[in-house]
Amino acid sequence: MERVTPPPIRRIVLDREPTVAPPRPVPAPAPAAPASAAGANGAAAHAAGATALRGRFRPSAGPKVERMRIEQLSVFYDGKPAVREVSLPVRKGEVLALIGPSGCGKTTLLRSLNRLVELTPSASRTGRILLDDQDLDAIEVTDLRRRVSMVFQQPNPFPMSVFDNVAYALREQGRGRPSRGELAPAVTDALQRAGLHDEVAADLSHPALRLSGGQQQRLCIARSLAVRPEVLLLDEPCSALDPISTETIEKLIVRLREEVAVVIVTHNLQQAHRVADHVAFMYLGELVEYGPAEQLFYSARERRTQEYVSGAFG
Amino acid sequence: MEVRGAQSSKSWPLVDRIALWACWAAGMLLLAAAAAIVIYMGIRGIQYLRPEQIFSSPQADLDQSKSGGFLDPLIGTFILTVLGTLLAAPLGVAIAVWLVEYGRPFGLARLVESGVEVVAGTPSIVLAIFGLILFSNGAFKILSFQAEGGSVFGRSFLVAGVMMSLIALPLVVGGTREALQAIPRHVREASYALGKTRGATIRRVLLPAARPGIATGTALGMGRIAGDTAVVVILLGATQQLSSFDGAPWPFSTLRGTGSTLTSYVFNNSPAGEGNAPDKAYAAAFVLLGIVVFLNFAVDTIVRRRGAPAWSE
Amino acid sequence: MTTEVARGEARFSGLARALREPWPDRRTERVLAGVSSLVLVTIAGMVLFVFVKAWPSFSHNGLSWFGSGGNVDQQLGDIFNSPANPDHYVYKLRAWPLLYGTFITTAGAVILGTVISVLSAIFLVEFAPRRVRAVMGPVVRLLAAVPSVIYGLIGILVIVPFVGNHLISSGRKESVINVVQLTGASLIVAVLILTVMITPIMVAIVSDALRSVPRGWTEGAAALGANRWRIMWTVSVRAVRPAIVAAAVLATARALGEAIMLSMVSGSVGFAPNPVDGITFFFEPTRPLAATIVDNADGLSVEPFGQTLYAFAALLLLSAMALSLAGWAAKQPLKRYGIGV
Repeated sequence: MERVTPPPIRRIVLDREPTVAPPRPVPAPAPAAPASAAGANGAAAHAAGATALRGRFRPSAGPKVERMRIEQLSVFYDGKPAVREVSLPVRKGEVLALIGPSGCGKTTLLRSLNRLVELTPSASRTGRILLDDQDLDAIEVTDLRRRVSMVFQQPNPFPMSVFDNVAYALREQGRGRPSRGELAPAVTDALQRAGLHDEVAADLSHPALRLSGGQQQRLCIARSLAVRPEVLLLDEPCSALDPISTETIEKLIVRLREEVAVVIVTHNLQQAHRVADHVAFMYLGELVEYGPAEQLFYSARERRTQEYVSGAFG
Repeated sequence: MEVRGAQSSKSWPLVDRIALWACWAAGMLLLAAAAAIVIYMGIRGIQYLRPEQIFSSPQADLDQSKSGGFLDPLIGTFILTVLGTLLAAPLGVAIAVWLVEYGRPFGLARLVESGVEVVAGTPSIVLAIFGLILFSNGAFKILSFQAEGGSVFGRSFLVAGVMMSLIALPLVVGGTREALQAIPRHVREASYALGKTRGATIRRVLLPAARPGIATGTALGMGRIAGDTAVVVILLGATQQLSSFDGAPWPFSTLRGTGSTLTSYVFNNSPAGEGNAPDKAYAAAFVLLGIVVFLNFAVDTIVRRRGAPAWSE
Repeated sequence: MTTEVARGEARFSGLARALREPWPDRRTERVLAGVSSLVLVTIAGMVLFVFVKAWPSFSHNGLSWFGSGGNVDQQLGDIFNSPANPDHYVYKLRAWPLLYGTFITTAGAVILGTVISVLSAIFLVEFAPRRVRAVMGPVVRLLAAVPSVIYGLIGILVIVPFVGNHLISSGRKESVINVVQLTGASLIVAVLILTVMITPIMVAIVSDALRSVPRGWTEGAAALGANRWRIMWTVSVRAVRPAIVAAAVLATARALGEAIMLSMVSGSVGFAPNPVDGITFFFEPTRPLAATIVDNADGLSVEPFGQTLYAFAALLLLSAMALSLAGWAAKQPLKRYGIGV
């Protein structure tokens, strides 16, 4: 099998740190079984090889707990398949990136994880998704969406103040109306975890719509974190943002993976390379390949994967 | 197992479920009100409407329930609607075209826009009063007739028609504006690029494309004219039969004369008016409702069946 | 002779030709602008004429025109019967009962109507099953299209007798017989029918606005685990509050100007219902301003009675203009946010 060397990935230098050297090809790893069997040891081995490549972003060393499992999921819009029989695990402690060209079904797959795809009337699905070994359909949907939280491509803060935005999910849980004082610690905590607290602490009643794009997106992340979800879904979170905000959010994502399982959809290969621990490449609704990031980027088993990551098609 | 998304409200907190029921109640209330009106008027209309009523004139008779039909009021409704629309349609289209295609100076455009809204919001009784004041003036005696003693009567079909056009005007303006604004910019640009003046573009390209919207607006305006009572009561002279003015050729004799319409006929035959003949009122109201419903709905279905022009974006 | 005719014909056909050729743009613009300004001229004329005619009634009464004192129907009768000599015209009027009647009828209908409209709009946009939703659109338009005289007819022939015979006990009638007669033509019938008349306008505006709320917000709220009612109430309705205000303002203008239906069902007595009477308050008759004009329409050409009626019309005109402008102004910021109104 011909090995295709990907072109050197250049990072945008923003803060005088030395640029990362172009990656050197990693010798072929042991044939990688589906990652669910790899366990901690395999992860550590990959981690060692990946450190030199990924500069600042080090893979987490803790145990990977499986949070969600997708089993043979197919999603249809009006009978036409958008996702075909995909099976994937989602683990806490790692970032799972879904990559693939436009229209390959990665966003549909993401939206099935919190049953947001049901908002489209023509959608139907087969297969199973399990959250902590519980079938998704058995969990009450509003409860599910608090455990599996989503951040969208276009920042969408509500037309309220910063405080009200972050407290929104806490208030609308329907168990009485907690007072502002009761909510304040949770709001502050969420803002800190999202890395926004220092910038907005001065005035939490500031209208959210007046923040900058990057701040709004971090506000949306804070909003999602406020309910302490188990899984965080990110749908191309940086595609509408400038490079500085992008870098801030990428650092945030890597930091968050210790607390929540992160699934990120991105069409930006460099971003996937920077952030992901495991990558799933999808094409026309099918899962073409799934594996650790280094394997997919440098020694992919499927020819289509190699062609995609080397830019042969987009 | 194929799953289709559906949320049941069983797990909602009580407050939310109460709110959901309240929404359902409100919706059902509206449905019930509409059904009640249509069904009740239908029953009464079938009960009391006799075909000869449509073709015979009202007659004063001691036995009110047997005397005459409502031919004259029916003709009156027809005349007023046509008259009002003939005045309102060209005016409304002109105003809408100016607002959408020109609209300079901006201050004037906003004034005109708010002016149309003010006319739309003016009660028809106030418009009627204004018409009376205006057309009782000697300068307008050509529109009605001059009684002995020199005072101008100020009430006639022409007078009522002019004020009715004000009632229909905002609806025509609204419909035309919507239709014009829906035409994408590149259509206009294509016409200008071929060297056409703006006026020619409007006349040859935009207005024909906006025809469904103009038709809808005009039909809505006609519906409102047909259903209005206040202007008729004040400005039409309240004679049961068409009473022509003898000094002028037809059609001016009728138009300068007085008469009644279906709406004033219903009003007068109800307990609120002089004649107390509820069955005649029901019969006329049934026909009136049919006309108004036709004007409001049928035009839309015809337009929709033909299909509005679909511009590729 | 023939040359004159020929020259006249030539000039005529020249004019016809000039009309058929494409006009230069500036001429078109000026003509259209002139036509559009006719609207403003009409409004100015309306205000001018009505106020000029109404002025004597205001000037003779001063501010106490708006006050209370005496039986307003009696005062109207005195004005109608005033002697023919202009120097001896009677103008005295204390219009408070009419103003009060107008106020409570309108306020009651608008408050009730706003609640029902917002809930119906939410139902229409979010909760109605597909088939019900398809029906509700035409239903709302039908309710808006029904002429007010038909509302009045059903009111006076069905609802008023029902209220008068079945809902008002004879004991209640006895209790107020010295002051006013309870016939069933009453405040509550007026408010209920008026509510049904103004609801369709509001439902149309509010449901349009709800549909235009950006999907990012509703999806974001859904993704945070809010149920469908919460999404609608805390995000969508909150976002369209300006549209609700605009709808309520326009509905108030419509309710104020309703003359025919109210003159048929609200009772033709210039009486100010007394809240102290308890439940009887709802059954007492009243007669809003617009209905008063219609009831007394035959006296319009009789001075000074006509001038008194013109005074009523002037008040109605002023409030309707103020409300229409307020509603128009309330709709403007919505266009900027892209919420279609």
